[in-house]
Amino acid sequence: MQRIGVFVCHCGTNIAGTVNVEAVSDALRKEPGVVFSTNYQYMCSQAGQDIIKNAIAEYKLTGIVVCSCSPRMHEATFRKTAASAGINPYMVEIANIREQCSWVHKDTLTGTEKAIILGRAAIAKVNLNAPLTPGQTPVTKRALVIGGGIAGIQTALDIADAGFPVDIVEKKPTIGGKMAQLDKTFPTLDCAACILTPKMVDVAQNEKIRIFSYSEVTEVHGFVGNFDVTIKKKARYVREDICTGCGACTEKCPQKKIPNEFNLGMDTRRAIYIPFAQAVPKVATIDPDHCNMLKNGKCGVCSKVCTAGAIDYNAKDEFLTEKYGAIVVATGFNPIPMDKFDEFAYSQSKDVITSLEFERLMNAAGPTGGKLLRPSDGEHPHTLVFVQCVGSRCEACAEKGKEYCSKICCMYTAKHAMLTRDKYPDTEVYVFYIDVRTPGKNFDEFYRRAVEEYGVHYIKGMVGKVSPEGNKLKVQASDLIENRQIHIDADLVVLAAAIEPDKSARPLATMLTASMDTNDFFTEAHPKLRPVESPTAGVFLSGACQGPKDIPETVAQAGAAASKVIGLLCKDQLTGNPCVAHPDEMMCSGCSNCEKVCPYGAITYVDKEFRMPDRTTKVRRVAQVNEAVCQGCGCCTVACMSGAMDLKGFKNEQIFAEVDAICR
Amino acid sequence: MSVTNEEYRPLIVAFCCNWCSYAGADLAGNNRLAYPADVKIIRVPCSCRVNPAFILRAFQRGADGVIICGCHPGDCHYTSGNYYTRRRMALLFSMLDYLGIEKERTRVEWVSAAEGAKFAATMNDFCKTVAALGENKRLEDLRCKK
Repeated sequence: MQRIGVFVCHCGTNIAGTVNVEAVSDALRKEPGVVFSTNYQYMCSQAGQDIIKNAIAEYKLTGIVVCSCSPRMHEATFRKTAASAGINPYMVEIANIREQCSWVHKDTLTGTEKAIILGRAAIAKVNLNAPLTPGQTPVTKRALVIGGGIAGIQTALDIADAGFPVDIVEKKPTIGGKMAQLDKTFPTLDCAACILTPKMVDVAQNEKIRIFSYSEVTEVHGFVGNFDVTIKKKARYVREDICTGCGACTEKCPQKKIPNEFNLGMDTRRAIYIPFAQAVPKVATIDPDHCNMLKNGKCGVCSKVCTAGAIDYNAKDEFLTEKYGAIVVATGFNPIPMDKFDEFAYSQSKDVITSLEFERLMNAAGPTGGKLLRPSDGEHPHTLVFVQCVGSRCEACAEKGKEYCSKICCMYTAKHAMLTRDKYPDTEVYVFYIDVRTPGKNFDEFYRRAVEEYGVHYIKGMVGKVSPEGNKLKVQASDLIENRQIHIDADLVVLAAAIEPDKSARPLATMLTASMDTNDFFTEAHPKLRPVESPTAGVFLSGACQGPKDIPETVAQAGAAASKVIGLLCKDQLTGNPCVAHPDEMMCSGCSNCEKVCPYGAITYVDKEFRMPDRTTKVRRVAQVNEAVCQGCGCCTVACMSGAMDLKGFKNEQIFAEVDAICR
Repeated sequence: MSVTNEEYRPLIVAFCCNWCSYAGADLAGNNRLAYPADVKIIRVPCSCRVNPAFILRAFQRGADGVIICGCHPGDCHYTSGNYYTRRRMALLFSMLDYLGIEKERTRVEWVSAAEGAKFAATMNDFCKTVAALGENKRLEDLRCKK
């Protein structure tokens, strides 16, 4: 029998407001095994932890039950307390009487009753707890960053700065991501390329960083500190190590009419191309869907003009497997497709564009050389209408757009409006909005400048319909403040499309077993206290893959993710999870059921010699669990027909005891 | 006009996986989304840790309903655990139905860590369903009662 101490936390009034903590500690004192029971205002505070430590010494406790907040919150805290007082940290159980009791029940009577039952279940469990010792595993001192946008770049630079090798995997031919496509950045209006491209060069020149561009992660195995990742290097048909990036091939290729992805299809590129002038790595890539040579073996112009001899039409996809200690996800975002929003005539008129297309139109390296010209006829537009929240905050139309606020649109629309008025004072600029949201340093000042200094017309209301008529776009909208309908004959309509996580994020999350929310944003280990870690150990989050973010926030999160990675890679050994499967060899029949269901391949079979009661020996096949590989899901325990397999920390008898205590 | 002065409350055991549903239950708490106190949660590492024997035991000891919550299909922290749960429970529940434990008393639900509202709604609905069925007499082992 254990000697159990019960500690009931008031959590200020969070628990004590609904649960009679005095009654709980009194009731639990009568439970079998309990030798001490008390309650205190804040158990997690230093004074509260001292109560636990003193009680352990005074009453020679062997097991601890803390009735407090969720174990996801403070289990680690109380385990440390127990360990510092000399008892095994796995002799601590938490009864969750805050999140799962006091916060969801209003009535003191039922709340107290339930808290007692939850406490009883925890006591029943701790009575059957056994001390556990976690195993140690070595750490591979190399990090993988998936995604080469500003988030991935900053994370990689920061990790490399600390002296650890980093690999970046980017699916596009160049790193740079969305930021490389932007013109100016709010609220300072410095040019995106001027601040991004030096960082891209830093990455390329950093000895600690390897860039796998035009590559994808296809398989992830292993666990924190010891990931095995398979990377597919897609064939680019150009030898990266030889190509000098001179660009001769991209001028001579006869296939000219391929929509240029970098400029969002507003101009064209060749079948062999370098996405943009400052691309890193600056090497050409052949688009196999459009190259004549790859499609029907007739052409070969690029290989003739390449003085370096870098063209290789026979290149194949390469697969390589690397070991990593930590993985950072930085897969970023995309604007949502506009095909479901045809009331804005995006598919009907070339002069209805998205904000990202507008960035390219304003950019000196863009399709118009930085001149604001209508995509349809190349004329200078005089009346511009910006529509905000296209697909954002769509509660009524959730299947069309997104319920969340995309966060960055208010600011970039203010920027677009301001830049337009600054460059072309002859224009009239209208912005239709639901709310203007400008929380951020110098953000509201920036928005007010757009209105007050640059005379941008901000109108609260939504645009109902855009219809192309002649060379004009008839915009019908409502002004909610003056309560009237507005008709504007616009030359250019710019839609602030909602942003969504990149499509590659979902399959990646499955590979990493990292969790996602319903919008496919990665979820963090704790929304406030662990914002850059995924609940999956060793997987970290950087940038907009976790939620909509602007550049400063992305860079801040990237640095934070890097520091978490550095903290992990600094360790030589990692303490594992001791709650792993364990077979009772005397009961194991060697049937292999457990091996079949184990998702980690942690179970193998060995022939073992057993001494029989009649002093003979017999060799039997029995299951063996690799404790470093087992993650402790417990699937094998249910598959085991003889009941030989059990899970430490969640033993069958412990769960039975919990069930019994609850149903008593 | 009620004859009993004490309202009947069902006893419900909920097995929640540590990574999604238990966190979802915590989120319901954070957001103060109320559900009946009849629900008592047992934390398991993964929904696939739930042995059918645990559910039988709960019914033997007088539970009126048992619900198993796990990560959404495809989102299991352990890659494939919830698929095993889904198949095992389909078999178990049809067997229980045969034994006279109504199908409505057992349920498998997928609740992610971000779905606090879904957790509360599920529990409210399940409590209502089980309360309407009344007490479980079929499997209860009276020797266990005091």
